[in-house]
Amino acid sequence: MSEATATRVPASPLGTGTAATPARRNWVPYALLLPGLLWLTVFFVLPMITLGSQSLQEGNVDEGFVFTGNVGIYADAFSRYWPHMVRSLSYAGLATVLALLLGYPLAYFIAQKAGRWKNVVLVLVIAPFFTSFLIRTLAWKTILSDNWVVTQWAQQLGITDVLQAVGLTSTDSLLFSPFAVVMGLTYNFLPFMILPLYASLERLDPRLLEAAGDLYATPIQAFRRVTWPLSLPGVVAGTLLTFIPASGDFINARLLGNTQTTMIGSVIDSQFLRVLDYPLAAALSFVLLVVIVTLVALYVRKAGTEELL
Amino acid sequence: MDSTNRPSAGLDNLAFRAALARGLVSRRSAMMGAAGLGAAAFLAACGSEGRNPTTPGTGAGTGAASAAPTAKAAQDMSDTEKIVNWSNWTEYIDVTDDGKSRPTIDAFTKETGIEVNYTEDYLDNDEFYAKVRPLLEGGEDTGRDVWCSTDWLVARLIRQGYVQKLDLANIPNAANLEDSLKNVEFDPGRVYSLPWQSGFAGIGYNLKATGGKKIESITQLLTDPALKGKVTLLTEMRDTVGLVLLEQGKDPANFTDADFDAAIAMIQQAKDAGQILKFTGNEYTDGLAKGDIAACIAWTGDVVQLQFDDENIQYALPEKGFTIWSDNFVIPAMAKHKKNAELLINYYYDPKVMAEVAAWVNYIPPVKGARDELVKIDAELGENPLIAPTPDVLSRSHVFRGLTPDEETKYNRAFQSIVTG
Repeated sequence: MSEATATRVPASPLGTGTAATPARRNWVPYALLLPGLLWLTVFFVLPMITLGSQSLQEGNVDEGFVFTGNVGIYADAFSRYWPHMVRSLSYAGLATVLALLLGYPLAYFIAQKAGRWKNVVLVLVIAPFFTSFLIRTLAWKTILSDNWVVTQWAQQLGITDVLQAVGLTSTDSLLFSPFAVVMGLTYNFLPFMILPLYASLERLDPRLLEAAGDLYATPIQAFRRVTWPLSLPGVVAGTLLTFIPASGDFINARLLGNTQTTMIGSVIDSQFLRVLDYPLAAALSFVLLVVIVTLVALYVRKAGTEELL
Repeated sequence: MDSTNRPSAGLDNLAFRAALARGLVSRRSAMMGAAGLGAAAFLAACGSEGRNPTTPGTGAGTGAASAAPTAKAAQDMSDTEKIVNWSNWTEYIDVTDDGKSRPTIDAFTKETGIEVNYTEDYLDNDEFYAKVRPLLEGGEDTGRDVWCSTDWLVARLIRQGYVQKLDLANIPNAANLEDSLKNVEFDPGRVYSLPWQSGFAGIGYNLKATGGKKIESITQLLTDPALKGKVTLLTEMRDTVGLVLLEQGKDPANFTDADFDAAIAMIQQAKDAGQILKFTGNEYTDGLAKGDIAACIAWTGDVVQLQFDDENIQYALPEKGFTIWSDNFVIPAMAKHKKNAELLINYYYDPKVMAEVAAWVNYIPPVKGARDELVKIDAELGENPLIAPTPDVLSRSHVFRGLTPDEETKYNRAFQSIVTG
């Protein structure tokens, strides 16, 4: 924030009202934007246009697809697959909340208390990324397997009954259930939550907390009035980075879920690759995109963008 | 991340072997392709943009599905470039114990001087098709001279004119092909394709998880309360639906829409009753070994490999019949080393060579005489009915018939709506 003001100052070197000064330097920021814009045009905008036009085509793989402007496909896609959409968003939402609950204390610890171990712990957070996404997910199949301790303890402690009561599992095993899918999502995207949280908590000046204490704030008040608001940019960034990829994910649902936990990503995958119904798959991708963008816009608005920018 | 490209083959192989040892992956490991799926889907998306596929001269298409367009041939560089590029499924060829070399390929290179670029980037029929289709559609070289596709995909590739006719003058050993595989519906007389390996789809189960109970029919698999919520079926439609059709007394080689719907209804019913845990590629092997899956529709080779480690793993070929599939060598349009590819196929059609492969991959070799050679290598394997089935067993196996494009779309859609329901 303060950097922004710092750079803005020399832009008007002579200060007062001479508005039409440094035309020479105005293009520089735009020139710097160019590589990024080009990248996004080629790898985001163009594929989006392709996808959009594809969703409005009709035909089959043998005879080719022809653009017919068949807008009805969107209604069709939405009415057939809205339960999958809702399911994906709720699993992703749940995973995001869990990741926040797990990640926040951890990020706080790393940023404020880890001292010289900071870097080591950070590396540990990222360490799972050194193995493939797939292998990490497959590991959960072992962890939650019926004949392994986790399930057995959960059964003895009655946790399985609780999970069944809230509908996250349907039998007394843990694997192949919504619970397993949410756990997989949480685990796989946890580092995306921790790192932005760490970045914002690391900048937190401990003297602010001391000051709060001096002003008779209890630790809880200090957290609510100082730490939490200052870490909000990290919270928003972390939740977005977790929620967005999690809602489009299909590996976790495929490996850890059952026939009732199919997420929208799996549907798109199956329409694209198995049924070869490219228009429907493209339309579903678009619907997912719009839904996520809308939710994110509402969320960011609510969370207060000015804190972020 | 993308483990499917060639340069890292050595490392991959080690990783795959380690994974195999833990029962994580084996041949039809659809999952290993997952990383590439996004990219594949994207390619697929770009490829079909507004463009028609290389429609044949016979453009006016009423019932034109029968008149397959001819695949374009590139100039054959075989004699100047002693190379052949072969894409195949993972864990689908003999490898030495240290995992560093593939004896039959090395012997081929020694014999002919042709270097084989063997790439294990064939992870799943649908995904592979999505990967090569844009190139084939655009009339471009795929960079591959030969690969091994499952029957139904071969049917589609022939139909779309994406594979070339084999020059049997270069493949005299093709005469060794098992009689039962000679006249398949999708390629009568084997003009375009020759089988690499075959296998059955039947029932696999884990005695520990079934409480010592034997699972011998599809009806039992889909209704026995002892298996509730512990049954998996294959995402490969032809195997799952094929077995159910047979259970209902229908022939997968000759069935009607109504038969298909009845089969789908039986699966749907089992799913609604909570009998079915999920639909899988061959990642069922892991769950079956651990007992999380009590019984499932399974492929022979996978189960033979699991049985080495655990005698509780059992296999049943349903009395009412079961499906047989093959993965077949095909040479794509615009392949640069067609003749070399044909020489390679010829080499593997030598019973001795094929037996060496069979001893390692544990599927059914499609070559006459390979069985006798296999007995010489390992008597026990040579007598395993899943690797060397008796004529009686073979006579109970059935092939899923070829589908028209419309049927393919319709059936896939119905089946996928259960899978992703």
